[in-house]
Amino acid sequence: MEQSVTVFSSFSVQDLSFLGEAALRTLWISFLSITIGSFLGGFFGWALYEMKIWGAIFLNPLLDVFRSVPLIVQLVLFYNFAPIVGLSLDAFESGLVVLTLYTSALVANVARGGIEAVGKPMRIASRSLGMSYLQDMRYVVFPIGARAIFPSWVGVALGVMKDSALVSVLGYVELVKASQVLITRTQEPLLIILVVGAFYFALSYPVSRYSAKLEKRWSQ
Amino acid sequence: MIRIDGLHKYFGDLHVLRGIDLEVQKGEVLSVIGASGSGKSTLLYCINGIEPVQQGSVLVDGIDVHAKTTDLNRLRQRLGMVFQQWNSFPHLTAIQNVALAPQIVKKMSKSEAMEVAAKQLEHVGLGDKLNVFPNALSGGQQQRLAIARALAMDPQYMLFDEATSALDPELVGEVLDTMRVLAEEGMTMICVTHEMGFARDVSDRVAYFHEGIVEEIGSPEQIFSDPKSEQTKKFLAKVR
Ligand SMILES: Nc1ncnc2c1ncn2[C@@H]1O[C@H](COP(=O)(O)OP(=O)(O)OP(=O)(O)O)[C@@H](O)[C@H]1O
Ligand SMILES: [Mg+2]
Repeated sequence: MEQSVTVFSSFSVQDLSFLGEAALRTLWISFLSITIGSFLGGFFGWALYEMKIWGAIFLNPLLDVFRSVPLIVQLVLFYNFAPIVGLSLDAFESGLVVLTLYTSALVANVARGGIEAVGKPMRIASRSLGMSYLQDMRYVVFPIGARAIFPSWVGVALGVMKDSALVSVLGYVELVKASQVLITRTQEPLLIILVVGAFYFALSYPVSRYSAKLEKRWSQ
Repeated sequence: MIRIDGLHKYFGDLHVLRGIDLEVQKGEVLSVIGASGSGKSTLLYCINGIEPVQQGSVLVDGIDVHAKTTDLNRLRQRLGMVFQQWNSFPHLTAIQNVALAPQIVKKMSKSEAMEVAAKQLEHVGLGDKLNVFPNALSGGQQQRLAIARALAMDPQYMLFDEATSALDPELVGEVLDTMRVLAEEGMTMICVTHEMGFARDVSDRVAYFHEGIVEEIGSPEQIFSDPKSEQTKKFLAKVR
């Protein structure tokens, strides 16, 4: 009798902390993949801008694959094929690799747009002051371009945070996976999904608020 | 001294500069006038090495601008340039706009660069706008900011490419006045301009450009009152 009580039991405070831990895992994998993916994507965006022909022939089609194949398919394929080429990665590591590449592919286009947004006359003006290519990039193109693309970048970041839910298919216990476990046990899907929704909101709301504030400050 | 010898410049098949010979002495103000598309901007771009050339040479204080061994970033510190579009850095305040290049190119300390910047903004009449962002400045003020930004590098020469063409008519005067002050202070200047009054009053010499060559060059009095070339006469009749 005792046994069946623990199999189906109602939603408790411990479950909330279980979900809280899962939310931290969602946050952690999202944070890592958005950060690394943005650096990588910034580099790809620069390469697309600077190497028009090579970019069009090799880089862009490659990035297109990451952008257009559904993320869940990429995750399952990578997780199952990685061992074949001798990579032994767990669910978290596989998820991180795929999410990072996916983010970088999305950020690449955004970043290229940012460089283009600065315009040639502005860059000629900074070069005419004696700035080197790198100084122009670092002190003029980057700050102006980054501000121009910031809203789109935030959109990508929030999207990736939500998409990280798909890593649950590999068994990584982030929010969605955790909710499935709890739903099976408590048989209270509605309540748990509401709580999970609240967690996602709590993760992304500060980001979008803070970014709105930054945008306002820059446009002053 | 800027010395240009037998300069030819092509954009693909388009022969834009077709043999330019020109000398600008220290302290001289040269105005360049001519029809749209005659190659005036291109000439300025060739002088500071933004555009490569196919034939001929440009010497700035004896340095061959287009030699492979020339450090263009270093050379450009001698050549301030002001464009039709003022290109203020929108993310920086006026004083930061001016201080940026002295700091990162000339490696001045921040306080030193700020001091230079404040002085140059004062110089162009923006002493009360130091901490204002460009979007709060008028076109005329932004163009003066661009002049201050170029001057802060302590250039030996200033190249102006139609510095007043994009401005509302009522803002042209303040920018021309600033350029006039520079000329009086002895700055060596090449001014591509459509402002015939400015060319006549301020220049030591005026060059009339026609289809990629210097059609006629002389004192302002001679060019405006007694042009020798038929092309010059036609052009002047049109712009008057
Ligand atoms: N980057 C470029 N690529 C191709 N052609 C160009 C380029 N820049 C200028 N040209 C061409 O070279 C010619 C001369 O241009 P330039 O800008 O020097 O003329 P301009 O005398 O300054 O005219 P404007 O008074 O309109 O400024 C024009 O026919 C122009 O279309
Ligand atoms: Mg021009």
